[in-house]
Amino acid sequence: MVALTTSDVERIAALAHLELTADEKALFARQLAGILAYAQQIQALDTSGVPATAHVHAGAHPEREDEPRPCLPRDEALGNAPDAAPEAGLFRVPRVIG
Amino acid sequence: MLASGARAIRDEVAAGRVSAVEVCRSFLDRIERLHASLNAFTLVDSERALARAADVDRRRAAGEPAGALAGVPVALKDNLCVRGMRTTASSRILEGFIPPYDATVVQRLEAAGAVIVGKTNCDEFAMGSSNENSAFGPVHNPWATERTPGGSSGGSAAAVAAQCVPLALGSDTGGSIRQPAAFCGVVGLKPTYGRVSRYGLLAFASSLDQIGPITRSAADAALALGVLAGLDPADATSSPQPVPDCGAALTGDIAGLRIGVPRAFVSDGVDGGVRQAFDAALDALRGRGAALVDIELPHAKYAIPVYYLVATAEASSNLARYDGVRFGYRSSRDPDQGLKAMYSRTRDEGFGAEVKRRIMLGTYVLSAGYYDAYYLKAQQVRTLLRHDYQQAFERVDVVAMPTSPIPPFRLGEKTDDPLQMYLADVFTVSANLAGLPAISVPCGFTDGRLPVGLQLTGRMFDESTLLRVADAYERLTDWHTRTPEL
Repeated sequence: MVALTTSDVERIAALAHLELTADEKALFARQLAGILAYAQQIQALDTSGVPATAHVHAGAHPEREDEPRPCLPRDEALGNAPDAAPEAGLFRVPRVIG
Repeated sequence: MLASGARAIRDEVAAGRVSAVEVCRSFLDRIERLHASLNAFTLVDSERALARAADVDRRRAAGEPAGALAGVPVALKDNLCVRGMRTTASSRILEGFIPPYDATVVQRLEAAGAVIVGKTNCDEFAMGSSNENSAFGPVHNPWATERTPGGSSGGSAAAVAAQCVPLALGSDTGGSIRQPAAFCGVVGLKPTYGRVSRYGLLAFASSLDQIGPITRSAADAALALGVLAGLDPADATSSPQPVPDCGAALTGDIAGLRIGVPRAFVSDGVDGGVRQAFDAALDALRGRGAALVDIELPHAKYAIPVYYLVATAEASSNLARYDGVRFGYRSSRDPDQGLKAMYSRTRDEGFGAEVKRRIMLGTYVLSAGYYDAYYLKAQQVRTLLRHDYQQAFERVDVVAMPTSPIPPFRLGEKTDDPLQMYLADVFTVSANLAGLPAISVPCGFTDGRLPVGLQLTGRMFDESTLLRVADAYERLTDWHTRTPEL
């Protein structure tokens, strides 16, 4: 059985940039433990020497010329931002350094 | 008109017997009439659709050759980008997002004369098997509106089943085209990984995602695949393999074809009505000269844990981009608490429960101390599963399974237990892990009059054989012609 504490959940949530409510922390601790316990069954398989599949076409590495091509105009790239400063050509975010 | 398939509509429009505008109006009326009962669409853009349809008519009048989908109304799952058309992935976090570019499949559809009518409801970021994880509310199954249409492409499947469109696109990461197609009694094709460009598809799990058509016949799926498939410089994982004329493969001849049936794998947990329909479908195919061959897929029983480790790991990385800076929703709570607080609040308020659960699971299995035991181990078992299929395809041409072990379940029935929901994907996730093409074809109904799907999985890039078998099966039965009363 996999046990997940609230502090485990808080550590993962911090890595994932998710500010969870107390209810969500308790729910996810229980549900993730259940899913991980189910996933434990693959530990029974002997996979020594078996290569990992990250991708089914892992052998293919297409290349192209390293030439500049048309890209999104700046005003369109900024057009969807919740807080843009189009005249400066920037995305605006809350203060980073105190 | 509404009952016509994509090919028939294209032929009528190309011959000038009906205008693309008339076709478009008929389907738009149908969409409007059924919206309240099905909730299949997140957006309908009638004005744009009618203008595009008028373009098709104008080009025909000017003597230009008709495209392969001239005048065919198409609905797109709402995780596909159309320039200028709101795209949400059924998530609050993409609130207000208007894509500044077209997905490659959108360019290809429109170049072939297809008329995009709007976007369909889906599980948030394509994560779900019931279409209940949507910021727009659930879609209702046209055959039984208190039941799920399946997911995650539930809106696309319901729209095709309800004759709101003859063709819709879905995306399939672990069964999200095939399972809703089965639940709604229509055809759903997941092409080989790399067959169709993913450029402009909002990414869920990049090594598994694939775009494909949902239609009411294998012939229409073949027609659509011919338009969608092919190399795209904008997607480095799209394949340079030549695209065959799948329509030409639909000969009706399956004599001598070898159909593998993984008997042990499909013996447990399959609903009685599903089993009956599946067995009858195999008998029908054998009656046309196909040979049934018992095969084993020894690692298929591990496909669900492998899938939910690999897919969530990839999702946790892909969904890191939704942070309230460049697009979509931003939390307005306490903006003076700094950037990191803004990220975390935006993501907590913008994502729904299932998406958060999967981001959490994926982050956990990639985190220090757990990577080898979960993520790496799952990737190794993924290799073993691929070998199972490689060995099977030395002896057989296609592998047959039910698409889903259970018929469409009631809305709300599985929402409290994510693991039970995941287990419903047991027969579909393997094709994504192995990168193989797979199709779901209507193969009957349970006693409760709920649709059942037959799933066929093929060799890499051998969609032609899949479509040939599916089409041959359709010639033997009339399941795919049945329509729900609405």
